[in-house]
Amino acid sequence: MGKAFGAVAGVGAIASLVAMKRTWDPLPSVKAAGFTMVDLTAAEPNVLAVEKWRGKPVFILKKTPEMVAAQNEEQTARDIIVGDDHFLVCIGLCTHLGCIPAYRPDKHDFKCACHGGEFDASGIDTLLPPPSPMEIPPFKVDGTTLVLGEAGPEYEKMKSSGITV
Amino acid sequence: MAHFEKATSVHDWLNQRLAIEKFEKVMMSEYWIPKNINFLWAMGMVLAMTFAILLVSGIFLLMYYQPNVDLAFDSVNYTIMQEVGFGWLWRHVHAVAASVVFLIIYIHMFTGIYYGSYKKGREMIWISGMLLFVAFSAEAFSGYMLPWGQMSYWAGMVITNLFSLGSLELNGIVEWIRGDYVPAQAFLTRFFMLHVLLIPVAILALIAVHFYALRFPHVNNLDGEFFDYEEQAELYKSGNTRASKVIRFANDFLSKDMFVMSIFLIFFFYLVFWQYAFAMDPVNFDPADGLKTPAHIYPEWYFLWSYEILRPFSKDIGLMAFGFAQVIFFLLPFLDRSDNVAPASRRGIFKIWFWVMLVDMIVLTAMGKLPPEGMFSTIGLVAALVFIGLWVILPFITKIEKKL
Repeated sequence: MGKAFGAVAGVGAIASLVAMKRTWDPLPSVKAAGFTMVDLTAAEPNVLAVEKWRGKPVFILKKTPEMVAAQNEEQTARDIIVGDDHFLVCIGLCTHLGCIPAYRPDKHDFKCACHGGEFDASGIDTLLPPPSPMEIPPFKVDGTTLVLGEAGPEYEKMKSSGITV
Repeated sequence: MAHFEKATSVHDWLNQRLAIEKFEKVMMSEYWIPKNINFLWAMGMVLAMTFAILLVSGIFLLMYYQPNVDLAFDSVNYTIMQEVGFGWLWRHVHAVAASVVFLIIYIHMFTGIYYGSYKKGREMIWISGMLLFVAFSAEAFSGYMLPWGQMSYWAGMVITNLFSLGSLELNGIVEWIRGDYVPAQAFLTRFFMLHVLLIPVAILALIAVHFYALRFPHVNNLDGEFFDYEEQAELYKSGNTRASKVIRFANDFLSKDMFVMSIFLIFFFYLVFWQYAFAMDPVNFDPADGLKTPAHIYPEWYFLWSYEILRPFSKDIGLMAFGFAQVIFFLLPFLDRSDNVAPASRRGIFKIWFWVMLVDMIVLTAMGKLPPEGMFSTIGLVAALVFIGLWVILPFITKIEKKL
């Protein structure tokens, strides 16, 4: 009797928990609004553009030829190349606790005001506390348009080689 | 069915149905409190009253507050502050009480630690008290989201990010908690629910448990002395009140409680009317903006010590240190290996431990407020290491403590 009651109550409890969990999931409308299109031809070299994608800031930085020339392989691997232009595209949130780092055009780097972390112009962390480079969002290059939220072949390649999570 | 007679008065009518005389005895006139205590023993009732103030002021705020990302900021800063008659008063009372309640909680906690009121039968009082501390922290955090200013938004962002557990990158959990990729409408409404319903209900239940847990081991006293409460109560009831070590909770002890509460209320309303600004961060008077981080993010003063334990380390170690700081106080009754229930001043090395812990937490609080640069980073790091070190050595220094 006790076991039967316990089993029925247990099933009910689990079912309730599932319903409660699902109720807190992001809504379909929230998920559907998760795509942003960016026209890359409008970008100016060494001027940071900030786009909004899924409520988060996305940094888009067109690098100057000098910046590209000074890069090492690890940095170049994170570039999105469209024609001859190299772009940094990343989620503009510090990987420590999610503050927005500021771009310093004269030093070509990012500084986070919250806890003092720094990133280079490829979004790679250079000073603690951030533990990892700024994330690259799922993207697809469509001519000179960048689609954020959709994973294209360039993104898949970066992901499989472990450049971004 | 019990036998009911024609009532001789309203009191009698109620007494037959609800046993109000018995209830009054159990709760008030024959609930025995030791005589040998000081004003610090009044903090519990001060807390109960501060909670009542929060509840009442919150009810009035709730009637005009709008839990909507487009309306929340103006409903607080325009409607409540400028249009509603005395709306500003409820808001300032609520904000100041929310801050001061933590000051009293810390005094209450450190009184318990100093006098050893957490062991030898009083473990559940301590544990239920720590659960109350956690519930109050959650209540404070969820309430801080509601004005939907810059500090609300960014505190929401940073605190929910903690649940990705560092390098484990559990972003799914973070998005689940928020109901969105960033704090947005779903986040605001669910934290509104938590703040006005679920957590207050949990707090009320925990307060009941906390009071109930006091019934069996009874209230500690200035010397940590154990005596037979029944015997002392009989002595009191027989008329020998002078020799008895206890007094009635009400009205005797309560009158003393009320004196301390009165002093507290003078201080409290002084803050509400003249010094309320400390409880209202200026940055939070800018509306939430997901594309602009405030230059310097810091929590309210009562969370600074644990924030400072998070800050000086790399992400994962910082998180572990932070997690440690959140749970370690729960374990105090079990990490203190000494049998002595006595004020810290009579407990040898523990006396030093107590004062170093208190000063260390004040240092952590001060460093948490300052920008993380140079000297301050170093002091913060040392203070965080001292905090952890103190807990590590506690079982050893109490183990060798001389039996009193």
